[in-house]
Amino acid sequence: MRTKKGIGASPGVAIASAVVLDTEEFDIPERHVPVDHAQTELARLRKAVQLSKKEILDLQKRSTERLGKETASIFDFHLGMLKDHLLLKKFSETILSGHVTAEYAVATVLRSYAKEFLSMPKYLAERVKDVYDIEKRLLRNLIGQKRQALDHLSREVNLLAHDLTPSQTANMDRQHVRGLAIDAGGQTSHTAIVARALGIPAVVGLNDVTAEVAANDLVIIDGHRGIVIIDPDERTLEEYRQYAHQQVEFIHSLEYLRELPAITKDGHEVTLMGNIEFPEEAEAVLEKGGQGVGLYRTEFLYLGSDTEPTEEDHYRAYRQVLEVCQGRPVVIRTLDLGADKYTQSRQRTPERNPFLGLRSIRFCLQNLSIFKTQIRAILRASLGAEVSLLFPLIGNLLELRQAKTVVRDVIEDLEEEGIEHRADLPIGMMVETPSAALQCNAFAKEVDFFSIGTNDLVQYTLAVDRANEKVASLFTVAHPAVLRLIREVIRAGERHDVPVSLCGEMGGDPEYALLLLGMGLRVFSCAPSAIPEIKKVIRSVTLEHAKRVARRVLRFDWDKEILNYLRAETRKILPEVYAD
Amino acid sequence: MPILEREVEIVNKYGLHARPAMQLVELANAFSSKIEITNTALTVDAKSIMSVMRLGAAKGTVLRIVADGADAEEALEAITGLVAGGFGEE
Repeated sequence: MRTKKGIGASPGVAIASAVVLDTEEFDIPERHVPVDHAQTELARLRKAVQLSKKEILDLQKRSTERLGKETASIFDFHLGMLKDHLLLKKFSETILSGHVTAEYAVATVLRSYAKEFLSMPKYLAERVKDVYDIEKRLLRNLIGQKRQALDHLSREVNLLAHDLTPSQTANMDRQHVRGLAIDAGGQTSHTAIVARALGIPAVVGLNDVTAEVAANDLVIIDGHRGIVIIDPDERTLEEYRQYAHQQVEFIHSLEYLRELPAITKDGHEVTLMGNIEFPEEAEAVLEKGGQGVGLYRTEFLYLGSDTEPTEEDHYRAYRQVLEVCQGRPVVIRTLDLGADKYTQSRQRTPERNPFLGLRSIRFCLQNLSIFKTQIRAILRASLGAEVSLLFPLIGNLLELRQAKTVVRDVIEDLEEEGIEHRADLPIGMMVETPSAALQCNAFAKEVDFFSIGTNDLVQYTLAVDRANEKVASLFTVAHPAVLRLIREVIRAGERHDVPVSLCGEMGGDPEYALLLLGMGLRVFSCAPSAIPEIKKVIRSVTLEHAKRVARRVLRFDWDKEILNYLRAETRKILPEVYAD
Repeated sequence: MPILEREVEIVNKYGLHARPAMQLVELANAFSSKIEITNTALTVDAKSIMSVMRLGAAKGTVLRIVADGADAEEALEAITGLVAGGFGEE
């Protein structure tokens, strides 16, 4: 039994066998497998060799046609390596004697040959690149087998990876993945957000968990304590089974809240909505007692496939959610991509500082055809439904006005073409940069609502990259500077009669519910799984109490003091959350 | 079972590089005998391309071919013929 400490990113406990994803760079860690798994590894190796042979034959055929027999003859050498009985024997022996994965065996054996070839006369040393080529091909075929397994798994698993790209999470088989454990990242990394959205436990920032766990190891992911236990002993396993059981009981114990309103003891009503990433989650929002969708992220449309989504793809995804919600409000946020593979791969030179670069609304305003396609679909889908449009990352008035102009242009186009749509959607903006928060009085005159995005607001206010594990501990929404900005926005909303919601991670954390309520927030939007807890907090307090808490918090100078105080206050209301 | 051996010099300009090495290995694999190649430093299995590459044999190197098996005679004949003929190269 081994225990790895990381950062708890999504609460809960998952007990399941492991699936391990390698990094794309094929940097193969030495990964041991139990003795009785050697046969599985040998079978994987044989399959990868076969697949690689077939690929090379195809390649050889095509290049013979295009480039002539002479040039294509280099593939004889590639095939020769895959047919080399001594080489294949070495792979198998390494797997058997070292109890390692096929990937590790292939990489070490071939790299030792490559090293030897490098010391030879030049024309032989050049063959090193053919050896690397074969290594890559074999690894891709080995890892590819696992990769594909990710979108249709046949059993429940805990997924371990160095990091998950948004497209990997979008393609993930959500029925069978019970928990996530990731080497990289902090509490608000993409993986953490997805895990909370899906309501599955996750631990991030584990540094090298993928090197220590082999496929099929039994793994416990404890998202509450932020630990991963590999090969647990019987006693630990039993404790966790009980703990998992208690958690399920706790969740059941909150089910009675579903039909009850989110109202304080002294009668002040709060609106509780759910954040969703995928259309299928809309049902979870209602099941958990949410009053609508407060944030519908639309990035999955772009990340789940290799081709750009069509207007119809958008339209179908929006209708799917609106039909589930049946007249309840749905806030659709326009494309919030950037600082990731999607936008970076579209640029000739990668940005030096992508989080301060062409992302989100900035990307949309420079790629109007993508932006217009999405807005057309939203306006069409909203016919007869309660939809609001939300622009992300607005930093100055010009951006807001430009984005609104695009909406007007699209409405004109639709009218000219005689296509049915809704033209009077409320338009709101995310407040997620200090510039927007500090200028919120000016913005309030030009929008129908504000939505505070705490993840980016913290990142940009505190200058901390939330995915960089070296500084992730500095990332906290409890920083007094962040809290003051949030208070400013809520106040501006009150002053100008503009509704303010909060849809960042903070909104789903019961520790902050009391504070936000006291600061004047009346619309919370959070992961569906967090709705019952937030409702429980709200129904357990008076507004007066919450206001006292908020006044006290705003006098503290230090995030640790604030967090400790809020934790103590919340513990009084929701002791079950701290059952450890 | 005879164990036979014969020496042969590499005559082609670039020695035992990838393509001739592959020719040699494919030829060796056509025989059932166990076939080994020795240069001054190393003895390797002639049926394994990675091993033959390890010889790093340049022009002028003398290789000793050892064949052990029913078709050892034919194997030696064919392999030394291929090497001495410069693998059909210059």
